[in-house]
Amino acid sequence: MGEDGSSVELLNALIVFMNFVGIPAITYGSQLALGALGLTLVYGILRFSNFAHGDTMAFGAMVTILFTWGLQALGISFGPLPTALLALPFGIAVTAVWLLATDRVIYRFYRRQRAVPVIYLIASAGVMFVTNGLVRFIIGPGDQRFSDGERFIISVREFKAMTGLPEGLAIKTTQGLTVVTAIVVVTLLFWFLNRTRTGKSMRAYSDNEDLALLSGIDPERVVMVTWLIVAALATIAGTLYGLDKTFKPFVYFQLLLPMFAAAVIGGLGSPLGAIVGGFVIAFAEVIITYAWKKVLTYALPEAWEPSGLMQLLSTDYKFAVSFALLVVVLLFKPTGLFKGQSL
Amino acid sequence: MSGASASRREDGAGAGPLRTTLLFLFVFGLIVGTGLVQSWNTALVILGMGLVSAIMALGVNLQWGFAGLFNVGIMGFAALGGLAAVLIAMPPTPGAFSAGGPRVLIALSIGAATVIAAIAVWRRLSPGWLRGLAVFVLLLIGAVVFRRVFDPGVASIEAVNPAGTGYLGGLGLPVLLAWPVGGLLAAGAAWLIGKTALGLRSDYLAIATLGISEIVIAVLKNEDWLSRGVKNVVGIPRPVPYEIDLQRDPAFIERATGYGLDPVTASTLTVKLLYAGLFAVVLVILLVFAQRALHSPWGRMMRAIRDNETAAAAMGKDVTARHLQVFVLGSMICGIAGAMLTTLDGQLTPGSYQPLRFTFLIWIMVIVGGSGNNFGAVLGGFLIWWLWVQVEPMGLWLMQFITSGMADGSALKAHLLAGAAHMRLMTMGAILLVVLRFSPRGLLPGR
Amino acid sequence: MSEPYLIGRNMTGGYGAADILHDCTIAVDRGEIAVIVGPNGAGKSTAMKAVFGMLNLREGSVQLDGQDIGHLTPQQRVVAGMGFVPQTANVFTSMTVQENLEMGAFIRTDDISHTMEEVYSLFPILREKRNQAAGELSGGQRQQVAVGRALMTQPKVLMLDEPTAGVSPIVMDELFDRIIDVARTGIPILMVEQNARQALAIADHGYVLVQGRNAHTDTGQALLADPDVRRSFLGG
Repeated sequence: MGEDGSSVELLNALIVFMNFVGIPAITYGSQLALGALGLTLVYGILRFSNFAHGDTMAFGAMVTILFTWGLQALGISFGPLPTALLALPFGIAVTAVWLLATDRVIYRFYRRQRAVPVIYLIASAGVMFVTNGLVRFIIGPGDQRFSDGERFIISVREFKAMTGLPEGLAIKTTQGLTVVTAIVVVTLLFWFLNRTRTGKSMRAYSDNEDLALLSGIDPERVVMVTWLIVAALATIAGTLYGLDKTFKPFVYFQLLLPMFAAAVIGGLGSPLGAIVGGFVIAFAEVIITYAWKKVLTYALPEAWEPSGLMQLLSTDYKFAVSFALLVVVLLFKPTGLFKGQSL
Repeated sequence: MSGASASRREDGAGAGPLRTTLLFLFVFGLIVGTGLVQSWNTALVILGMGLVSAIMALGVNLQWGFAGLFNVGIMGFAALGGLAAVLIAMPPTPGAFSAGGPRVLIALSIGAATVIAAIAVWRRLSPGWLRGLAVFVLLLIGAVVFRRVFDPGVASIEAVNPAGTGYLGGLGLPVLLAWPVGGLLAAGAAWLIGKTALGLRSDYLAIATLGISEIVIAVLKNEDWLSRGVKNVVGIPRPVPYEIDLQRDPAFIERATGYGLDPVTASTLTVKLLYAGLFAVVLVILLVFAQRALHSPWGRMMRAIRDNETAAAAMGKDVTARHLQVFVLGSMICGIAGAMLTTLDGQLTPGSYQPLRFTFLIWIMVIVGGSGNNFGAVLGGFLIWWLWVQVEPMGLWLMQFITSGMADGSALKAHLLAGAAHMRLMTMGAILLVVLRFSPRGLLPGR
Repeated sequence: MSEPYLIGRNMTGGYGAADILHDCTIAVDRGEIAVIVGPNGAGKSTAMKAVFGMLNLREGSVQLDGQDIGHLTPQQRVVAGMGFVPQTANVFTSMTVQENLEMGAFIRTDDISHTMEEVYSLFPILREKRNQAAGELSGGQRQQVAVGRALMTQPKVLMLDEPTAGVSPIVMDELFDRIIDVARTGIPILMVEQNARQALAIADHGYVLVQGRNAHTDTGQALLADPDVRRSFLGG
């Protein structure tokens, strides 16, 4: 009994860990990584920190939601998957038009002036507020639900019935979807950047603008392609986050800090860094704000069982975690884990 | 006209006194006009907040106009000022400190000691995975011990009359003292941020200040023992008399009726005027300092650094140290203004602090007013605050006008009318973008 | 006498208000190596940049193959057949050698594999390192990448701005050998050099500039033999 008992205990600890830490952190990490990728692309090509990015995500998610409602009203569904997936291409297209319009009206002027980065940054704050106002104006400031289809890939009850264990493991459809989509999108992005002529020209422009010009690379085209990719990344990230949690315009602004932290930790301008940074932030946030009591109760011998919640910080301080990591990176390695600056 | 202004720009003299005077008269006219058209109460509310905004704009102008630093954490520094108002002016909660105060203080020192020890270990040990592990274990143990000591203390403080207080309370000192203290708290936070993020790429300061302001507000919202969190602290003692006392004062009633006012209106107006007077004194003092700083050798050096960092560094100026100075000073002014704001409200409501909205408003004030020009910042403060207040009714009128042809009860009409409230953000964003592009030097250009 | 293939004639101009070049003429003809030498601050690089269209000329003209190209931007001059290798930041450091060469050929729409093969046979070390990031290569190898990148457009004339700056003497000799190899393929080369002796030794034409003016112009050998040039400039 003893030997078996302790291994079951450990298995239970692992399942609780996966259910409350592993899976949520992987999901959240994927969302942050997609968001941070957008930030880092704008930084690598246009060379500024885009404060409007969180609200671009909100904008993309909003358009997707509107199309989702339209499809739902028409009676179109995507079987067990959320209808929002079908609406994504429309959301991306409209967001791309919006981003290209802001570039045309605002950023291009400063590009021609060869303005310093901080001017772009202020302009992006202006864009952020206009976008934010627009989103609130169109869809309102409140919560919007738009997920449909199967709720779970595997629910706690099914898991318990399957394994006979006292602890259950649930994987929501949106969680599985988030991770799979993130993998597909990231693979496509890296294929594009490393294998296609246009992608390589973007990396070249990011690496050495003057030499790219000498090589006949058209900067306006590079910038346009960048905004198109950013629109896709932001809309996908925003929609996945909305599906997985909830859509509320204000929430996306709050994602800005963890996304910046992820991009800076990875090294601003490095796509690989943005992905790693996203997962570092997500795991740190979840691990530090999770109450470890249950996991430890299973994992440790009875005599050592903790009495408190074993929670390092309350969940309200999620920002503090991203911020603390950001500060540590700024202090010790300002270029980030993967030397930033270029794609 | 345009030729004259162009030549003025070239020799870099900034805005002339005539332009400054005329624009100030114009804004003064706007506020007086509000008094005449709407009500004097509204006008005085705008004036009071305009003064606070002007002070904050002065602080931001110090950072941006003098030194080119982009601070996105204004709201956080202002919130620290607000906390100071509570900690200084509120009466101490009886029994709260003895219940858990020492425990909390010990816990906080344990926390601080852990961080210091971690830094020391990091510096002593040679690089490698062992060092990382040692620091990690140290921090983990520190955090666990901290919570063990901290949580019971907090619980006992918050158990003291939770409905009425449930927090430590303050020192029961005059609230005016909170203004400089708020400045000092903000200055301390700014020093920490500046030490980390200055000297790196300019964007990093923006990201770091955004972070600190979110954390300050998260602390105020969640640390009930300190600030009552979202339960709010109300009834912060005032530096001016209460309306109700004035209305009971026979001499006051007599004077009010002498001016042909009923006592209730007269009392609210008087209180607001007194606040405005106090704020104006602070504004004038800070403005005098800021003007002196601008024209001192220090101010000239700051501008030299702003205009050409590389050259200034080559001439042996310690750019990062100068930036730290001006960043701390500017944030201190934001802290003072934050304390004044909370004093004016008479309450600390952390739930209503939105990290970026107010910050952004101050930025528009500085850019519209004229970066690098102290009078410009003050002018922008009044003008943009007036607009901020007036845009909402204007948006509503606009929407009513647009929807006037639509059938009552139509969904679109209801939606558009409800959306009018969000026009403010859009309008302000648009103003920023337009000014930044077409008149980046603002109404009163600086040097 | 026929017109040189590329000539900047009587060029006067500079970046700001003050002129750096004064009535300066630089040219290179088919099958030639032309070298611009001179003391520091003589305007050597400026003269080259003027020919490439990177500063505005107040006076003078630039002609390529008999056509006036004064109105073209540097990018358009690349399309017109001029290859330019800047002195610094002349490779994409984060990209592989092969990607650098591909980017060099960005304006071309035809098959580039043949040109790439030529570059690899001119610079065999690049073939070996083709999948390595250019930023990880040694200084001399990087210069080869830079020249290779410029060759990928199949330029009709190649301009090099101090190709041997900051490399060791041994690497410098090798680079000069490579440059001669490139010239033997028939591409005229115009280059600015700090190491005047070696450069003049391989030059068909040499231009000695002093304070933005043509001080001496002759064949490389003649300049090396000129006592005036030797005394004032080559150090005896």
